[in-house]
Amino acid sequence: MTAPAPGAATAVDEAAVRAVLAEVPDPEIPVVSIVDLGMVETVEVGHDAIRIELLPTFVGCPALDAIRTAVEERLAGFGRQTDVSFGYRVPWTSDRITAAGRDRLRRSGFAPPGEETCPLCGSANVATDNLFGPTQCRSVRYCRSCRQPFEAFKPV
Amino acid sequence: MTIGADLVPATRNALSLLLLAMADDEFVIGFSDSEWTGIAPMLEEDVAMSSLAQDELGHAQALYRLLAEVVDDGRDADAIAYDRPPEGYYHARLLDHPRGDWADTIARRYLYDTADAIRLDALAASSFEPLRDLVGKIRREERYHLMHVTAWLERLGGSPGEPRDRLVAALGRLAPDAASVLAPLPNELSLVMAGVIEGGADELDARWRSKIGPVLGRLELPMPPALADPATARTGHSDAFRSLWGEFNAVRRSEPGVTW
Repeated sequence: MTAPAPGAATAVDEAAVRAVLAEVPDPEIPVVSIVDLGMVETVEVGHDAIRIELLPTFVGCPALDAIRTAVEERLAGFGRQTDVSFGYRVPWTSDRITAAGRDRLRRSGFAPPGEETCPLCGSANVATDNLFGPTQCRSVRYCRSCRQPFEAFKPV
Repeated sequence: MTIGADLVPATRNALSLLLLAMADDEFVIGFSDSEWTGIAPMLEEDVAMSSLAQDELGHAQALYRLLAEVVDDGRDADAIAYDRPPEGYYHARLLDHPRGDWADTIARRYLYDTADAIRLDALAASSFEPLRDLVGKIRREERYHLMHVTAWLERLGGSPGEPRDRLVAALGRLAPDAASVLAPLPNELSLVMAGVIEGGADELDARWRSKIGPVLGRLELPMPPALADPATARTGHSDAFRSLWGEFNAVRRSEPGVTW
């Protein structure tokens, strides 16, 4: 769903805001949204402003500015000021990824955090090729059964 | 906005120095790691060192931001990170050594990551909440760095001949500065008393030694000696660092005030 066109905004509640946030993709793994990743900690719909607290997946995540801009753009239709903040009061952990998010990751060839099987063929005969990967949140693995490299979301 | 305003000035100054030490450590080792991008011994390590560098620079940025709020003197995180002469940096002398070969990098990283882990553990229940929250997040990332470097230390240390010889030589070169990360900071007692950090430098050093002792012992590698002069643990930087400094702020100096 998308926010109503500017000017058309009437009732705004937390559920409506969260539904819009569920459409904001992660810039580095666009198959999952920031809601799928469990990055949305609090949504406060105030009289004048909508305040969103997001939890960075990694401290040095370079996608945070892009996520902030995307959230502001998507919520602009509600016709209120949007305040996006990032905080560490609650640490983001990979356990916050939703069941739907894990499923989307798997179907796109990423092993969800903590899952020790190949997302391509289901084999448990996999090896860690590199603890680190193309982005901070990913590591590189290899499936000895289907002989394909794949990426895994790091458990943190 | 000033945070930590409720702290007495001496404690706030000590807190500023702790944050500066931690931020500069992460900044300098992050930049040193990034020098391996493209020329590491294998493709996996190009990726790993680049990712490690990104993590460390992210930690440094978050710590500089926190420091900017504590000192509240009009400088932002970038100004603190870049706009100082080389002698104004406050990183540990261990990180002053040149990149060297792969064994130098692994030895330096092992000594640094193990000491940093002890420091982070001592801050995990800090009375200074913004630091406690940030450290809670950083520790989860540093765990991977420690796993990575320990595996390499064991790989080099357990391979007789050139790999082990190079590692032993690297540990020898780093030995005089190995214990510099946990050296006492000015007025650190006030931080201990205020509950900002749990344990003074001597205690942290002892914890570090009990952590690395069994690993180095198993590999029959020497324990680092005590620092000859703890007062110079973070001063008097090397030519290698001056060269790195010239690299990491080149863009900033070429176009003052630029943002990207």
